[in-house]
Amino acid sequence: MKIEVLGMGCSNCNKLYQNVLEAVKQSGKEIHVEKVEDIQKIMSYGILSTPALAIDGVVKVAGKVPRVEEITQWIR
Amino acid sequence: MLKYFADTLVYQVMNIRTGTMLGEALDFFFYDTMKVFFLLVVIIFGVAIIRSFFPPERSRKLLGHRTEYVGNFLAACLGIVTPFCSCSAVPMFIGFVESGLPLGVTFSFLISSPTVNEVAMVMLWGLFGWKIALIYVSTGVIIAFFSGILIGKLKLEHLVEDYVYRIKTGESAMTAPTWIERFAYARDYTRDIIGRVWLFVLIGIGLGAWIHGYVPMDFVLKYAGPGNPFAVLIAVLIGIPLYSNAAGTIPIIQALVEKGLPMGTALAFMMSIVAISTPEMIILRKVIKPKLIAIFTGIVAVAIVIVGYLFNAIL
Repeated sequence: MKIEVLGMGCSNCNKLYQNVLEAVKQSGKEIHVEKVEDIQKIMSYGILSTPALAIDGVVKVAGKVPRVEEITQWIR
Repeated sequence: MLKYFADTLVYQVMNIRTGTMLGEALDFFFYDTMKVFFLLVVIIFGVAIIRSFFPPERSRKLLGHRTEYVGNFLAACLGIVTPFCSCSAVPMFIGFVESGLPLGVTFSFLISSPTVNEVAMVMLWGLFGWKIALIYVSTGVIIAFFSGILIGKLKLEHLVEDYVYRIKTGESAMTAPTWIERFAYARDYTRDIIGRVWLFVLIGIGLGAWIHGYVPMDFVLKYAGPGNPFAVLIAVLIGIPLYSNAAGTIPIIQALVEKGLPMGTALAFMMSIVAISTPEMIILRKVIKPKLIAIFTGIVAVAIVIVGYLFNAIL
């Protein structure tokens, strides 16, 4: 499983990144977490608002910071 | 109801005598605080629910294939209901331009989005009444409409960074949220906003209450009253660097209006605070050239100054 945090480095993007790391840690799974800051790549996901989160290339959320519990649900 | 609550709290629970300066200042403070926080929670929650229906992806679709003027107007209105934070300014800008929206329409959206700020709207409603809040919202839309048209007419497409036109956007497969998700979103959003502004609101209302009680009546009149022709201009210039703190500023403005600050000057000051923010300009620099940032800032600033003088003349 691969999680991508999409955002150009604003404070909300960092918050999302931290939440993802926390959720991954809690799940105890081996999940690759990656920050995507390249705008070209971000746009290729068809989103218009950041921060956004994609799991295995599928956008789960855009334009808000999901809580740790929500992310946990997605990676279960 | 809230008035009764504030009265009881100050005069019965805290046992302060009626008619004293302290009692009145405290009464004023508690009443305004309760009213503003009540409105903040209710309205921001409502706004967030409305916003859950207008993600930017949808706004872009609604704006596609519109002609110039209709497009500008629609963009200015959608700017209010589409959730926007400065971190999304770049992807939104690219997405709009890339889908073929005219630059002017994109700017109408980009201007109205921060200018019509929901926290500012609530504060104005709570402290000045719904009429002023309505004037504020419609003025924001009008400014965004005309500024966007002007930017469109100036043919500034060459001032957009070249790479923007080369980016290919993909299709997203996001599903519409359920009502439970909308409520969860609205709850988180409200909590987030209140968490960010509550301290400024308290400080602002506290300072406002202090000005209300202790600053002499003709103080403002002397410097920024109708007798000073440059007041609006100066107010806007002061407001530009004070970005994003409408929450703390509006209670102070309210107290100053009471001391004779003309309403147009007050509104212009407030709009310049929310409309033009330095962090947003820095972020937009990634997609547009400095010259376009300067033109955009200039047009919006001039528009706000004009509106300020206009309201001073008619209100």
